Amino acid sequence: MRDALRPEAPFPAAARTALADATLRANLRRATSTIRRRRDQVVGEVEDWDRLRAQAAAIKDHTLRHLDRYLAQLEAAVAERGGQVHWARDAAEARDVVADLVVGAGARRVLKVKSLTTEEIGLNDVLAERGVEAVESDLAELIVQLGGDRPSHIVVPAIHKNRFEIRDLFARAMGLPDLAPEPTALAEAARLYLRERFLAMTVGISGANFLVADTGAVAVVESEGNGRMCLTLPHTLITVAGIDKVVPTFEDLGVFLRLLARSATGERMNPYTTVFSGVVPGDGPQAFHLVLVDNGRTRALADPLGRTALRCIRCAACLNVCPVYERVGGHAYGSVYPGPIGAVLTPQLRPDDEHARTLPYASTLCGACADVCPVGIPIPRLLVHLRSVAVRADEASGRLGARLAPERLMLRALGRAFAQPRQFERLQALARVMRPLGGRQGRRLPGLGGWTRSRALPTAPRRSFRRWWREEHR
Amino acid sequence: MSVDAKGRSGKARDEVLARIRAALSAAAPVPPPPPLPPPPAPPDLLERFARRVADYRARVTRAAGEVEVARAIAACLGREGGGRYAVPPSLPSSWLKAPAGTEFVVDRGLGPSDLARLAGSVTGCALAVAETGTIVLDGGPGQGRRAMTLVPDHLVCVVFERQIVADMPQAAAALADAMRTGPRALTWISGPSATSDIELNRVEGVHGPRRLDVVLVAGGPEDAGGRGEGRAPQPPPPSGPD
Ligand code: SF4
Repeated sequence: MRDALRPEAPFPAAARTALADATLRANLRRATSTIRRRRDQVVGEVEDWDRLRAQAAAIKDHTLRHLDRYLAQLEAAVAERGGQVHWARDAAEARDVVADLVVGAGARRVLKVKSLTTEEIGLNDVLAERGVEAVESDLAELIVQLGGDRPSHIVVPAIHKNRFEIRDLFARAMGLPDLAPEPTALAEAARLYLRERFLAMTVGISGANFLVADTGAVAVVESEGNGRMCLTLPHTLITVAGIDKVVPTFEDLGVFLRLLARSATGERMNPYTTVFSGVVPGDGPQAFHLVLVDNGRTRALADPLGRTALRCIRCAACLNVCPVYERVGGHAYGSVYPGPIGAVLTPQLRPDDEHARTLPYASTLCGACADVCPVGIPIPRLLVHLRSVAVRADEASGRLGARLAPERLMLRALGRAFAQPRQFERLQALARVMRPLGGRQGRRLPGLGGWTRSRALPTAPRRSFRRWWREEHR
Repeated sequence: MSVDAKGRSGKARDEVLARIRAALSAAAPVPPPPPLPPPPAPPDLLERFARRVADYRARVTRAAGEVEVARAIAACLGREGGGRYAVPPSLPSSWLKAPAGTEFVVDRGLGPSDLARLAGSVTGCALAVAETGTIVLDGGPGQGRRAMTLVPDHLVCVVFERQIVADMPQAAAALADAMRTGPRALTWISGPSATSDIELNRVEGVHGPRRLDVVLVAGGPEDAGGRGEGRAPQPPPPSGPD
C-alpha cells in the first residue's frame, strides 16, 4: 500500500510537472489570494493577536514536553465517560484497528468527515479491501474522492479544482447532466447526494482538531454540518487522531478556537464546532472509540527544534501565503501534508525517505509562513535545519555521488577559501578571468545544471572591493 | 473488543508512551504559561453579538423581555411559512404559541428520518459569544438532543442578553466545570451551515440548517431566580492550567 507520507518523486521533478499546468496555477492564485485577504481582515480585528499566538505556542510546547502524561490523562478521561481508547504505532496498525472496529460493528458503509489522519494512514483502501465503502462527506473531500484524486490542501482539499471542473465531475458521478457550474448548485447537489446516506448511517469516522486531556473532549471544527452528521447520527463513532492533537485543559481550548478559524478560512468563527466527551446517554453515538496514532510523530518529538512542527493546528495559513505552494500546488509535495508545514513535517515523519528529504528545499525562505502561523512555528529555521539534516543523511548514506556532488565540493572549497584571505583573493582573480561566463540566465555550467538552469551567474566586478580599499587607503 | 485486539492495543500503548519518554529524556521541563488576563469587557456585548450574528446572514429578532419570546418565535416561524417544528421537552411552554399553520412536536427520541420531515426546530442555548456571534448548545434545559437542531432545515434559537460572554476563552472557561463532571456534547453554532470549498466562495446551506433565526432577548430568563440572576455561567477566576 502506498504510504501517504512518501513522495513518489523528488520535489524538483514533481514541481516541474506541476508548473506546466496553467489551469492549476490560475485556480490556486485565485483561491489563495481570496483567502489571504479574508484572513488579514479578521486577524486585524483581534488586538492581542500576537499575545494569543505566543500563548498558543507556549501551551503546545508545554503539552509536547509532557505528552506522555497528557495522553494518559486523556485516555482515563475518555474511558471514565464511556469511550474506548486505542493506540497505534504506525499507519498499518492504525488502519487495522479502525477496520476491525468497523467490521465488528457490522457496517458495510461508513461516512467520514474530513480527516487528514485517516488519509495519512490510508484507511479507505483497507476498508475497501474488507468490503466496506467509505464515503467522504466533506464537500471538498467528496470532490477529491469522486475524481479519484488526491487532496492538495489541508483545509480545502479540492482547492486545485475550479467550479467548471467540479461541475463536470459531479454531473458524471451523480448523473446530473444539467448541473450548473455555480457554487450554490454544486453544494446543493452534494447535499442531495449525501442526505440519504447520512440518515441511514450506522458507523461514522472522524478526525479531530483538538483533544482535551482534562475532560476527554474531542473538538471537530467544520463548516457544512457534515461533521455534525457524522458525529451525531451513527450508533458507533470512531475518531482517529495524531498524538500531537492533545491540549491540557478545556480552558486552553478557548485559546485555540479563537485562533483557528481566523487563520484557516478567514472567518471569525467557522459555522459549526462540535465538542464532545465519551458517550452522552440518549444523545449521539452510543459507542465511541478514539484511535491515537504515532506514525512517526515521536521521531519529530526527539528533535528539540524539529518538535516545534508538532505545535501545528493544521490551519493551512502557511500554505495560503507561500509563493512556492501558490505556484506548484499541493500534489507536488507528494505528501498528505503539503506546503511549508508539509516541507518540515514530512521529512521528520519519514526521515529515511530520500524524496521526503528534498522537501525542505521547496522554499525561498521568504518567511511569510512564520509571520502568519498562529502557533508561531519557526518554519524557515526548521527548513534550514532540516536541509542540514538532509545533507548529513545523504553523506551518511555513503554513496560516492552524494559525497562528490558538485554543489557540496564547491561549498567545501568556498568554506576553505573564506577562511584564508590569500586563497580568497586568488579565487577573486579567477572569477575576474571568468567574467565572460556571467550575466546571462540559462547558461549552464557543467555539473551545476541544477543551480545554473534558473539562476544567472553573477558577473564579477573588474576591481574587487578589497583592491579598491587598498588603493583608496594607501 | 476481542482479547487479541486488546493485547495489541496494550502493547502499542506501552510502546508509544516509551517512545515519547525516550524522545524527551534530555528535554528540560517546560512549565505551562500563566493564563492570559481577560481582555476588558466591551461595553456593548448585546449589540456586538447582534451585529456579528447578522454578519453570518442569520436573522436577528429582538424581544424586550421573556414575555415577548413567544411572539418573536411565532414571527420567525411565520416568515418561513410555518410547518411542524421540533422542540425539546424542557422548553418553557410559555415560549410556544403556535401561529396558524404551525405545529410544535416535542422531541422524545425522533429518528433521523422523522426529523428530516420537519420544517425546523426551536431551542434555547447555554451561552453566546459576542466577539464571534457564536451560540453554544450544551444539551441542558431548553436545548434538547443534537440531532434535533441538526437535521431540520431551519433553526430558531433563543439567546438572553445575560447569556452573552465576550470571547472564546471566556466561553471555554464558563463551560469547563460542567465538562469536567461527565460526558457532554457541545455544539458551537456561528451562522447557518456553509461551505467555502468551491473556489473559496462562501455558500450558505449545505448539510446543516440552511436558515438560522436568533431571538435576542434583553435581560435574563425570568424563571431562573428573577432578574439579576442570569442563566449564563460566569467565568471562574483565572487559575493556572493543570
Ligand atoms: S504550520 Fe502554522 S500556519 Fe501552517 S498549518 Fe500549521 S499552524 Fe497553520
